Amino acid sequence: MSIHVNVAGEQVEAQVGQTVAGVLMSGGRVSWRTSRSGQPRGVFCGIGVCFDCLVVVNDLRDVRACQRRVVDGDRIEFQEDDHA
Amino acid sequence: MPEGSATTVVVIGGGPAGMAATLAARRRGARVVLIEAGDDVGGQYWRHLPETRATADEHTFHHGWERFRTMRSAIVTDPEVELILNGHVWSVDRRDGRPPLVHVMIGAADGRRRQARTFDPSSLVIATGAHERTLPFPGWDLPGVFTAGAAQALAKGERVAVGTNVLVAGAGPFLLPVVSSLLKVGATVAGVVEAAGWPQITRGWGARPWRLAKASAKGVELKGYIAEMAKNRIPYTVGSAVIAAHGIDRVEEVVVARLTPDWSPIPGTEKTITVDAVCVSHGFVPRTELAITAGCALDKDTVKTDQNQRTTVPGVFTAGELTGIGGVDLALAEGEIAGAVAAGGAPPPAAVRRRKTFREFAGRLDAAHGIRPGWQTWVDDTTLVCRCEDVTAGELRDTARMTGSRGLRSLKLTTRAGLGICQGRTCGRAVEEILAAAVGPDGLLDAGRTAHRPLAVPLRLGELATTGEDAG
Amino acid sequence: MFTTPQVLIVGAGIVGAAIARVMARADCDVVVVDRGATAGGTSASGEGNILVSDKGPGAELRLTQRSLRSWETIRAELHHELPGDFPGLELDYKGGLVVATTDAGAKALLEFAETQRDAGVIAEVVDDARAHELEPDLTRDLTAAVFYPEDAQVQPVIATEALLAAARHHGARIRQQVEVTGGIVEKGRLVGVETTAGPLRADLVIVAAGPWSGAVAERLGVSLPVRPRRGTVLVTSRMPHRIHRKVYDADYVGAVGSGSADLQVSSVVESTAAGTVLIGSSRERRGFDERIEARVLGALASKALLLFPFLADAQVMRAYGGFRPFVPDHLPIIGPDPRLPGLWHATGHEGAGIGLSLATAHLLAELIFESTEGNEFRLDRPGLEGEL
Repeated sequence: MSIHVNVAGEQVEAQVGQTVAGVLMSGGRVSWRTSRSGQPRGVFCGIGVCFDCLVVVNDLRDVRACQRRVVDGDRIEFQEDDHA
Repeated sequence: MPEGSATTVVVIGGGPAGMAATLAARRRGARVVLIEAGDDVGGQYWRHLPETRATADEHTFHHGWERFRTMRSAIVTDPEVELILNGHVWSVDRRDGRPPLVHVMIGAADGRRRQARTFDPSSLVIATGAHERTLPFPGWDLPGVFTAGAAQALAKGERVAVGTNVLVAGAGPFLLPVVSSLLKVGATVAGVVEAAGWPQITRGWGARPWRLAKASAKGVELKGYIAEMAKNRIPYTVGSAVIAAHGIDRVEEVVVARLTPDWSPIPGTEKTITVDAVCVSHGFVPRTELAITAGCALDKDTVKTDQNQRTTVPGVFTAGELTGIGGVDLALAEGEIAGAVAAGGAPPPAAVRRRKTFREFAGRLDAAHGIRPGWQTWVDDTTLVCRCEDVTAGELRDTARMTGSRGLRSLKLTTRAGLGICQGRTCGRAVEEILAAAVGPDGLLDAGRTAHRPLAVPLRLGELATTGEDAG
Repeated sequence: MFTTPQVLIVGAGIVGAAIARVMARADCDVVVVDRGATAGGTSASGEGNILVSDKGPGAELRLTQRSLRSWETIRAELHHELPGDFPGLELDYKGGLVVATTDAGAKALLEFAETQRDAGVIAEVVDDARAHELEPDLTRDLTAAVFYPEDAQVQPVIATEALLAAARHHGARIRQQVEVTGGIVEKGRLVGVETTAGPLRADLVIVAAGPWSGAVAERLGVSLPVRPRRGTVLVTSRMPHRIHRKVYDADYVGAVGSGSADLQVSSVVESTAAGTVLIGSSRERRGFDERIEARVLGALASKALLLFPFLADAQVMRAYGGFRPFVPDHLPIIGPDPRLPGLWHATGHEGAGIGLSLATAHLLAELIFESTEGNEFRLDRPGLEGEL
């Protein structure tokens, strides 16, 4: 079943049951966060352990993209750390 | 108020061990609360598409899929099993002489305003499994470098391929099913690079690898993977490792070198391979934080258990990877024993026999593919070790030298290695080993402390505050 | 008294480190022993407070004011004693903002601040507008606020390691994993200690073992009224910087001054240089029980939200606990032990040891090299009568 989510300002079609990481990677993205020193980060462990894939979902920071299933209308933004 | 009764067995973790424990405890008549962080049972081994996206070919991604379906069905249809999905156990309160209180947030991963519940179990089975261990190398933080488990999880749980041309590297037979999953989601596999050399592998497995008398099902499974690799002409290289990844915004090529028996790269053997993704895993780390917080004694990094899967804390049991990395069959056997004894029964003899067989398998696995210390020589001073806080190996080594401290706590707090949001789950072992090498022969003090995490998963301050009201 | 005594310091926390550096700079032969690693106990468990805001007029405030002057010069001094790439101390004069949220709390806070001003503390009563200029995300429900620009923060572990490295630069030896097992007493005088690494002789044995000082003193044959007082701190994940000062609820002052064994929680909220937010603090006397309990964490969280409602969505990633060295009359014990010549103490700073460490070392050096007259922190003071 198709739903729509907003990824960094763009409407994107997604499937019910996909994780945020699944949506982002299906869309061809391999990274979306920047680390403390400005390095790009995406999925690394894929099972919720490494926290590399954090995103902002509906204004809430620090959501593991690989663990969170998308819901119709979700707003997904990319989070930046305070750079050292 | 904490929920529980005289015969409530609480099981944490809905993977194979936790499922087996649940069913065994039910057979002995106990009421069971099974708490699983994901939105279905099955764990990493039987990770699958959610029901909303179910496909007819799901079984082709798995071994023992019918067995899983049977176990799952028995759990979800049993009114005496309360299955809590999306249940995030964030801490346990250690108590004297009895199992700890179990604190759970129920709702979306990393959500807010989730439902808080607290359980007061008569027995507790901790079956939290393991995560992978990837040794750091220059460029391992580039996008496109994944753990092998990530490739597996994305293939099984999302039908996403991590790349189009993928190298799989690391150590151990777990790399082989990853190849299989990658092929199923349409990736090309450029090769498998195994760090252990033939001498380590053959000595470890014994003269007849994978022919362990009763572990033959495992042998068949592995043989199947090898045949699949041969059919797809995927090169399998032993005694070698990925020692660097290069690329601008994502990995574009990796450097593979041959290793000495202690896993030091041999200069002059470097080869560059063009890929758009690389999946690297060198072993597993048991997820022991809840067991540690509950007060269970450890033996190195695994939880100490007796013949009945009892930990050193009365009423607390453990099963599966927490007792040592052994795979699904061992997890099922241990789970069955733990569940039966937790519910007041005797250990089922058949499960005890299977446990013996697969423990031997686990021992051989470690001997054949266990990490050797030479890996540190491919970690130059500029290599990032802590991915959360961007701490390099050079910073770790310099801090140890300049402070003269032998204390893990001090060195971590000075460098911030392992203090980020993953709390050292990814880098902790590497940080400890690099520091141990840096502080010299007197040794690192408090080694192993990285695994102490009173909060097993982050939760929102607002949620924590409501816990305070309950306890008030 | 002594010119250049041989000094043995028990405890490689910040107090022992500061003393080691001062004594080594005075050309003494200094050995520091710790049963564990450097900076592995209380010094690694706190927020790194250098505070005047929680101290009323009296001996401790005077020592704090002296320490503040030492902290102002320490970076320049260490610059000559440490390699250039030694990690920075993260010493930040961010100031403290104490906030009352009830009328009773406001009255007590304003009265307390007035007594502090009389004792030379800068304690500015600020109105709502100024309070929110200092902390834009602070609760709107405040009844009074006082700003203490002298309050500062330091990274306590780096500070400890820097002081130890500086001591080593001046010739001190730091021996980790060496535990004191007993005293060596000759003719009624302590002349050294037995350790797990053999006997170590010294003219002066200085116990700076924080909450474990009582246990060390006992092994040396004397009792010492220093007990552990448990504290727990929550740590959030890194986030954009929205908290700029050390912010306390006004109850904090009362909790510090209390001697109750029961759990007390009052808010102390601040950001760190690393971008995390630290949320303290609980106080509880229950021995060396290391358990982290949900009820304590919940209470810490509730209190912090009263100050900063926006933190409700912050991810809490860690909780850690430590033990403060508690003394019944809330003053540190600094000076010679009149019952056993050769034995000295520098302990019992409760939650203020980081801030007080530098002045403690200077005071101890004065007591050793000059005179012990008029020492307000002596062990045989009236406030500890009946405790020895």
